[in-house]
Amino acid sequence: MRLKALKAAFPYTIPIFASFWFLGFTYGVYMNVSGFSFVYPLLMSIVIFGGSLEFVAVSMLMAPFAPIQTFIMAFMIQARHLFYGISMLDKYKNVGLKRLYLIYGMCDESFSINYSVEVPKGVDKGWFMFFVTLLNQFYWVSGSTLGGLLGSLITFDTTGLEFVMTAMFVVIFLEQWLKEGKHYTALIGIGSAIICRLIFGASSFMVPTMVCIFLLLYFFRKPIEKAGGLI
Amino acid sequence: MTTMTLAQQIITIALCSLATILSRFIPFLLFKENEERPAFVQYLGKALPSAIFGMLIIYCFKDVSFIEAPHAIPELISVVFTIILHMSFRKMLLSIAGGTACYMLLLHFIF
Repeated sequence: MRLKALKAAFPYTIPIFASFWFLGFTYGVYMNVSGFSFVYPLLMSIVIFGGSLEFVAVSMLMAPFAPIQTFIMAFMIQARHLFYGISMLDKYKNVGLKRLYLIYGMCDESFSINYSVEVPKGVDKGWFMFFVTLLNQFYWVSGSTLGGLLGSLITFDTTGLEFVMTAMFVVIFLEQWLKEGKHYTALIGIGSAIICRLIFGASSFMVPTMVCIFLLLYFFRKPIEKAGGLI
Repeated sequence: MTTMTLAQQIITIALCSLATILSRFIPFLLFKENEERPAFVQYLGKALPSAIFGMLIIYCFKDVSFIEAPHAIPELISVVFTIILHMSFRKMLLSIAGGTACYMLLLHFIF
């Protein structure tokens, strides 16, 4: 049962493998040239497992010790997981103890795959989602550790490979778009993010975007529900 | 180099870990596994995902400039190419690989 689920899960994680090895490697090199041993990216990728925060954590470690500021900033960067959790309340149900790890490892990519993929017939849903999450974390941990070990010794031309993540989100968004009857909430997400990006700038627009999305969904609940089309 | 002591480094990393774990677990702690959830939360569970995926696409573009050259042209071409591929074949891996290859080739040879 587990092997079957692993086999079914693997193909969905291939784009994430490419992207996590690339990004993880870059992160490991960044830690290496900042003067940290490979143990840091290794452990941080296990206990944090959140790419953008791990990058920011490097500059936190280089700055003077500021625990309260660190915690607040970390929580703001990770706040989008609150939305993922609300969306996954039903999917991560009745899967036994695996549930704890599914929630622990719920990064952007694991959430996106586990939310959008229809688990193939005859494959156990819990184990499928478990392996998606585990493989993703394995790619990230191994990529960042390798980067930390090799440092800037190896360079090869991977310019543009980071687009693999964009392409994956575009495809998942498109699939969602084709499945749903009305597109109000998709447009709310895109519109809020664009407007907040323009107002608040690249480094601090995510929390305002989330507030914006929440308020719009709250105030337009009636028309959105009346229009129907939610999956 | 860091000026922190080892203990301070460990605390900093632990706080990042704690913040992440909290952000992921809070919804599941607030709403128990098998209990009926408030209607508003059920609505959010259905309405949020499309909004999130839209937000994540913009998140990927957060550092791309439309004002400075090349004016996000390679990104836009590659997104359109990804969409065309996906609408034609509906194969997730093919669309992602094709879109990425398109972007890498554009950066390498044209922009």
